[in-house]
Order: sequence, then structure tokens, then C-alpha cells
Amino acid sequence: MDDIQTRLQKSSRATRQDYFGKVICYSCIGLIILLVACILYFIASKGLATFTQNGVKFWNFLTQSDWKPGDVDKYGNPQVGALPMIVTSFSVTILAALLATPFAIGAAIFMTEIANKKGAKFLQPVIELLVGIPSVVYGFIGLSLIVPFIRGIFGGTGFGILSGTLVLFVMVLPTITSLSVDSLKSVPMHYRQASLALGATRWQTIYKVILKAAAPGLLTAVIFGMARAFGEALAVQMVIGNAVLMPKNLISPASTLTSKLTTEIGNTVMGTLPNNALWSLALVLLFMSLLFNLIVRFIGRRGNIKNER
Amino acid sequence: MNAKKSDKIATGIIYGLVGIVVAILISLLGYILYNGVPDVNWHFLTSEAQSFSAGGGVRDQLFNSLYLLVLALIISLPIALGAGIYLSEYAKDNWVNDVIRTSIEVLSSLPSVVVGLFGYLLLVIQLNLGFSIMAGAIALTFFNLPLLTRNIEESLSSVPDLQREAGTSLGLSGWKTITKIILPMALPGILTGLILCSGRIFGEAAALIYTAGQSAPSVDYANWNPFTETSFLNPMRPAETLAVHIWKVNTESVTPDASVISSASSAVLIIVILIFNLGARYLGNKLFKKMTAAK
Repeated sequence: MDDIQTRLQKSSRATRQDYFGKVICYSCIGLIILLVACILYFIASKGLATFTQNGVKFWNFLTQSDWKPGDVDKYGNPQVGALPMIVTSFSVTILAALLATPFAIGAAIFMTEIANKKGAKFLQPVIELLVGIPSVVYGFIGLSLIVPFIRGIFGGTGFGILSGTLVLFVMVLPTITSLSVDSLKSVPMHYRQASLALGATRWQTIYKVILKAAAPGLLTAVIFGMARAFGEALAVQMVIGNAVLMPKNLISPASTLTSKLTTEIGNTVMGTLPNNALWSLALVLLFMSLLFNLIVRFIGRRGNIKNER
Repeated sequence: MNAKKSDKIATGIIYGLVGIVVAILISLLGYILYNGVPDVNWHFLTSEAQSFSAGGGVRDQLFNSLYLLVLALIISLPIALGAGIYLSEYAKDNWVNDVIRTSIEVLSSLPSVVVGLFGYLLLVIQLNLGFSIMAGAIALTFFNLPLLTRNIEESLSSVPDLQREAGTSLGLSGWKTITKIILPMALPGILTGLILCSGRIFGEAAALIYTAGQSAPSVDYANWNPFTETSFLNPMRPAETLAVHIWKVNTESVTPDASVISSASSAVLIIVILIFNLGARYLGNKLFKKMTAAK
């Protein structure tokens, strides 16, 4: 009697299997969340140490243009002005995105609306392959092709924002193109059919219907491209010249947040101001990456509301 | 200007833009392969790198890249699999899972240099692993996890619900349904994604400079004991990968034939990634055909 009771009350084998599987999956996801929390916490605590422990004013960090973390100025304040890096980072990102967007959207329109199957079948794998090319290879090409080219035309060293922009342009072009293709493909076929049935030409259909319907997706593609450009380290570092100066023109050597980080973090001592200041740069990068994410979410939400109506 | 004319002009402009894009892409690939391939030979692939003289190869770097790739996949695949199963099978539509999905998105969009610096801080300094293959593999895992997780989730979600209902109606537990029915069906997609992720890991450099280090000490390829110092399998030794090597010879090194080494190494990287891409395509198609009986 007791035997039957325990057998009936004990959870079955299937239940235990279920429980086992659930524990595994929940701990895996927990691990990832823990990792994200750790990254945010570590970078934030290190990056904020510049302001809390070393007494650098946050406003000065953002607006001054002297970067000599080892020295103090005549008032005894440490010279930690990240403005040149921030300006350079933003200029290469925005210029590269401005340059790449028309080409990328043009190519995406071609692949989804104009090309026959053969053309799209040829372009698709090439672009996918280019998304996967390592950034150092782009940097190397920039170093061996673009820098001498700029030097030949404009003089100077050839290193600078213009070279960085061109390298990033080639880098983000496939990214933006492939995301734009996805977004154009997701426009329902009956939109096209309806527009063509009304007697619109192909360009009218593309311009007035498809591009409008796909606008949130296209914007997301551009922002993803910008996020990639903003966070790119080695390719930019190889062609930008790495001088912490306020950029005066497009062909003088400059330095982005990422290039400064890659070149300097190994040369500073943990816990000192020069090191903490670099972590503050990493914090700016982290913050921008979060901001890009936020924008993408915002656009996604707006797009959803529009489509539901 | 009438509609027909503007249609023609716009089409012409798009053709022009596409022509430029194609020209850039083709010349890019052509440049790498044309300049690099002639220098890729057996000697280059099998001899040690030289610091001060010309004629060095990339034997150690190539091996390090592959070894790191394997280790990173061994660590990240089980975690990504568990997380992917959670997201596609267990996660309900509520704010907790919204936060989880957002954090994975955040992780996937972090610049790789930030991930690398975090790896440096946590693994190299706090956990005292030093510049080592282990630290590099874990940093690559951080970098790889969100992508792999999302890929696995997508592959699992694309399995029709009919299969889950069938499993349940046969009296299988939820876990058995997932592992014996859903997972095998999603395998082609998972495998394709895994190979594409491998390509990204193979070419990653920014996350490795301060975790796996920038030096390649000479190792003994006959020593199979991973716990000895000189073994090529020792996970605690610093290891420069192929991608880091390209960066290093171009920025900090004094090797006289830096451009030859980097163009040949770039060609090797591109070829490996090309193989990964084509392999993913081929294997995905083949497995899909085999498992779904579609001709």
C-alpha cells in the first residue's frame, strides 16, 4: 500500500527530465545576463573613477581638447580633455554613413526590385562575404591603398579623418546593404502589385510606396552601420594617424576613441589617472553603443505603430 | 518631366550606384587575392614568424587562430544552446524576457574593443590568467555568445509548432520533445549559423590584443601534454593570432617584409572565411535536404 502511495506521489521520470532541462536552460540564460551586468558594471566603475577618485570634472572631460593625462595645467587640474577624440569619432562615423547610405540603398533597391534572379543571386553572397571580412584586412587595405592615394592627391602624410572615413565607408557598405535588403524584402508583395495596378511606374512604386513602407527598417540599417563604424578599432587605428589633436581638416592625423584605447591601454599602469582616463573613453563608447540600441528600439516601435494602423 | 522619363533616369542612377558598389567590392576582393595569393606557399604556412628579418611565415599564428576558434566554440556552444532553447521554448512574453532580449542585443552591439578591454580587466588582471589562450577564448566567447544565441533561437523558432504538438501527444516530456524532435529539425540552421560565427571569430583581432596577447612564443608541436609549458596545446601560453599578426606587423613591428606578410596573411584569412561561407551554404542545403526529404 505504502509502496503504491510513494510511487504515485513521486514525480514521474518525464517531470524530472523537464525539470532538469529547465534548470540547464535557465542557468545558461542567467550566465549571459550576469555577463552583461558585469560588463556594464566593470566599465562604468572604472570609467567613473576618473571623475570620482581623480577629481576630473566631467564637463572638462567632454569639452577640453588637451589630452595629457600625466600632466597638470597651470591651475593644477589634470589635462584630460577627450573632445578631439570624440569629435574625430563622430566625424568619421557620420561621414562614412553619409557616404555609404546612397550606395547601400541603391544596391539594395537593385537587388530586391530591379535585378533579375541571376543578378541578385550573384550580389547576395558577395555582400555576405564582405560583411565577414575581418576589420584588420580592411585596415591593411586602407594602409596600402587609401593612405598613399590621399597622400598623392592632397599631400601631407595621408593619415587622417578622410582615410578613416573611406575605410569605414567600405566596411559599413556591405552591412548597411544587407540589412536594407532584408527590410525591402519584408515589404509585402501586394503593395507593389497595388501600386503597379494603379499605373505607377517602377520608380514611382519604389519611391512613393516601397521606400516609405521600409523607411524604419532602412533607418535601422543605417544606424547599425553607424554603430559598427563608431566601435571599429583596428581598421581605423591603422589609417587615422593617432595624434591627439583637435582635427583642423580632413587630412591631418587625428585619433578616435577606439584608436586611442587600442594604442594606449597597454602602456599605462592600472589604477593611475592615465589608465582611468582611458577607461572613461571606453565608457563613452559603451554609452554610445547603448544609445544606438535605444534609437533602433525607438524606430522599431514607431514603425510597428505605423504598420498597425 | 513625365513619369516615364523620371523612371528611366532613376533606374539609370541606381544602375550607376550599383556599378560603383560592385566595382568596389570586386576590386577589394581582387586586390587581396591578387596581391596575397602568390606569396602564400608551403614555406609561408609552415615556418615561424621572424621579427627582424624577411621571409618569416605564420605557422604559429595560423595554429593559434584555429586553436582559439575551437576552444571558443567549445565554451560558447553549450551556453548559447541552453540560452537559445530558453528564448525559443520557455520564455513567455513578459517584461523579464524583454529585459533579457534587450541585454542580449546590447551585448551583440558592443564594440569588440570594449569586450576585449572587459576581458583584459576581468580575465587577465582580476582572475590572473595573464595573456593566454584561455583568456582569449573566453573573451571570444563573450563576443560570440549573443550572435550564436540569437541564431539558435531563430532556428528553433522556425520549427513549426505542429512538431511540438506531435511530441506532446506522443506523451514525451517537454525536454525530450525539444532534444529529440525540435533540435534535430533545427540543426541545419544552427550549423549554418555556427560556421558563419566561426568566420567572425577567426578574423577577430580587437578583442584579442589584450587577452590572448601579441606574442607567439615558439612551441613544440610534438609535445601533446597540455599541462607542460612548451606544448602547443597549453592553454595558458600567450598566443598571437593571424588577424592580430596582420595588425602587429603593420603598426608596431620592424619586420622588413611587413607588406608581403600582411597581404599573404590577409589572403589566407579571406580564403578561410570564404571556405567557411561556402561550407555553411553547402552543408545547410545538404542537411536540409537530407532531413526534410525535399528534393
